[in-house]
Amino acid sequence: MNPGSAGTAPNGTSAREIVIQPVTRIEGHARIGIRLDENGNAAEARVHIMSMRGFEKFLEGRPAEEVPGIVTRICGVCPWHHHLASNIAVEGCFGVQPPPAAVLLRELTLVQAHISDKVLHFFFLAGPDFLLEPGDRSVRNIMWIARKSPELAEKVIRMRYNGHMMLEKFAGRSIHPEAIVPGGFSKPMTARERDEMRVGAREQLDFARYALDFAKERVFPKFDPATMELGRITTGFLGMVDPEDGSLRLTDGVLRLMRPGGSFHEFSQREYTDFIGEHVEPWSYAKFPYARGWGDGFSMDLENPCGIYRTNSLARLNVADSIGTPLAQAELSEFRSLFGRPAQSTMLYHWARLIELLYACERVIELLDHPDITDQRIRSEVTPRAGRGVGCVEAPRGTLIHDYSTDENGCISRANLIVGTTHNQAPINMSVNRAARDLIKDGRVDDELLNRIEMAVRAYDP
Amino acid sequence: MPVTIAAEVLSGCTGCEIALLNTGDGFLKLLDRIEIVHMPLLMDSKYFGPDEGSEEIDIPRSDIGFISGSIRNREQLLLARTMRERCGVIVAFGTCAAYGGIPALINLFDNKDLFRRYYRTAEATDSASSPCEVVPPLLDRTFALDEKIEVDAFIPGCPPHPDSIADALDRLIEGRLPETPVQSVCDACPAKREGKGTVQKIKRFLKNARYQPEKPLGEMRCLLEQGLLCIGPVTQAGCSGKSGCAPRCIQARVPCRGCYGPVRRGGNQLLDMLNALASNGIDTKNLPDRLSMLRFSGAHSMLPRQVRKPSS
Ligand code: SF4
Ligand code: SF4
Ligand code: SF4
Repeated sequence: MNPGSAGTAPNGTSAREIVIQPVTRIEGHARIGIRLDENGNAAEARVHIMSMRGFEKFLEGRPAEEVPGIVTRICGVCPWHHHLASNIAVEGCFGVQPPPAAVLLRELTLVQAHISDKVLHFFFLAGPDFLLEPGDRSVRNIMWIARKSPELAEKVIRMRYNGHMMLEKFAGRSIHPEAIVPGGFSKPMTARERDEMRVGAREQLDFARYALDFAKERVFPKFDPATMELGRITTGFLGMVDPEDGSLRLTDGVLRLMRPGGSFHEFSQREYTDFIGEHVEPWSYAKFPYARGWGDGFSMDLENPCGIYRTNSLARLNVADSIGTPLAQAELSEFRSLFGRPAQSTMLYHWARLIELLYACERVIELLDHPDITDQRIRSEVTPRAGRGVGCVEAPRGTLIHDYSTDENGCISRANLIVGTTHNQAPINMSVNRAARDLIKDGRVDDELLNRIEMAVRAYDP
Repeated sequence: MPVTIAAEVLSGCTGCEIALLNTGDGFLKLLDRIEIVHMPLLMDSKYFGPDEGSEEIDIPRSDIGFISGSIRNREQLLLARTMRERCGVIVAFGTCAAYGGIPALINLFDNKDLFRRYYRTAEATDSASSPCEVVPPLLDRTFALDEKIEVDAFIPGCPPHPDSIADALDRLIEGRLPETPVQSVCDACPAKREGKGTVQKIKRFLKNARYQPEKPLGEMRCLLEQGLLCIGPVTQAGCSGKSGCAPRCIQARVPCRGCYGPVRRGGNQLLDMLNALASNGIDTKNLPDRLSMLRFSGAHSMLPRQVRKPSS
């Protein structure tokens, strides 16, 4: 497997296409195709999503209360987020509200699930791009980090593991949970379970502080001007905020859609179709959500994009006025003073992700301290009926939208899903285009250059 | 020489790989005994050089190939075949690979219905024709691995318990094949069973089971005997791991949905469960969606294609 030799077009064909397949160290499946012009400069790049499973279709006919245990399988990295959004949508259909303790337990498990995910992405998937000296692709991975820095590897492997085990101990399953149910939660938290989780949560918070210090010392200094420009585009942002004070929320909030200039609209979860449209391209199974509400259509043109907004960590920090926990708020202030609001550099997703890690750890402790968390009333009885419900939460990769209708038996008659990573389809394509045009000149590509293009994808953690 | 391993994800969710990482310290120790030569999730494995993008997929040779996910499109089929050719032993890793898993629920519908819904009638979508450039065509349904290639070993579970993964790896590294016990989830379940005849009707899971949260699980009445559709009796054991825990869903006080697939390969979770219920005199007429009992094992032509009116 030789990296493309300089400037040679495959015989007989006029345009040369550089292919990166599969895009690696991401959770999903993607292929990058970069078309070069006759001078060997990147003319256009595309990120193709190569398959689809069809959840929107096969949910039809399923009893709605069973669906939250099916949609978890959309993603093994963020099943809790699908699980909760789905339950909220089913509750909308059936017209029921969960009791307060259930609302707390749901947020607790959701935020806890964010913790392991951020550790996974920063250290296991993206980390090798920053923690290892540039070089051979065969060593750019967590296995090599384990060999070179066993202490660091052990620490991150343990933290990710502990997060999963805390969820598992309390809720039975951490991957593909069943514990959130329409109407509430399947089991209450006992005082003992709460105390146990507290111990682990304090350790997680220590780790989050360590991770941020570590990154400030070892990773962010590598964000030189060229890296800050890598895949840089200017877009709007979508994320959830608290309806009262505009602070960061991962669930039970309103959606805020910010324009590139910083002004924004706020809307309830049910109103998403007024603000978000989905465009279809013939070369990817994924759709391309865009800000329909802005009224100027959809275009991924780098010079003149239309309707493009981003989600995931950077978006959430950009749209939120503040963060409700002290350590993360201090980090946000520093971040804003350095990069402004909204911050646009794609590499800043990594930085924002670690600030969110800190928030998640602080928030878990806050929730465990809430007096109602051990309340025994955890589920309202639900009665199947015809209705419609929309459930949104912030998944690690962005705003997750589950929208269902049910028939009179309470079975799904129609389902629409917009998953976190899908929102970023257009931005990822634009960032790859941008990186390819900046980096590929005169037909020269090598392994390291191609990896830099992939880094523009990895920042989004698709 | 360490044992070499290649790992591919087909039509799955990566949860099986996360479960592998959930072996925790075991994962680190494992790295001393194996060499991972191909695993796109964690390392920069490419199918071909940047100028070679083509039908030919290159995967390094290895002793053991782990494949998670089912087969949904032509590229995944090619990947599965290439893995078969390059790996000494092929392991169907997880329920998707072993039985089709949740993605096989699409076998109830045809691709035309799916595309019409997804690209033309979904709420927020600007209607368009279905993608067909560069993306590999979908197969007409979702297949379990052994419908398309020869499979040497199965590690069921959605996802498999990390203990089962670690055990399987131990055996594979020693050159043996993993074993799957012929036991049901009920065999590993501590819930209290009082016997036949107590339930007449199965009800939907609309309110929680009866139990006392502070009390051990052994004092909770069996969920099936409480009238909930727990398909533990027809589902393979394994999800409790080795530490003596209860089956995972039972720990969460919810019924087993069958994610480990049938107790015996070739079994049919739907028919087996209906038989079990009937022999206990339990009425299932009011269950709204009996096919859901095959939600994890719908490949191998288990799920019939349904003729449905298109969604409005
Ligand atoms: S078996 Fe389950 S966990 Fe594994 S890939 Fe399939 S859906 Fe994901
Ligand atoms: S039916 Fe369910 S609750 Fe009852 S013993 Fe079997 S697994 Fe346990
Ligand atoms: S109880 Fe059943 S559905 Fe739950 S994890 Fe075990 S086998 Fe899977």
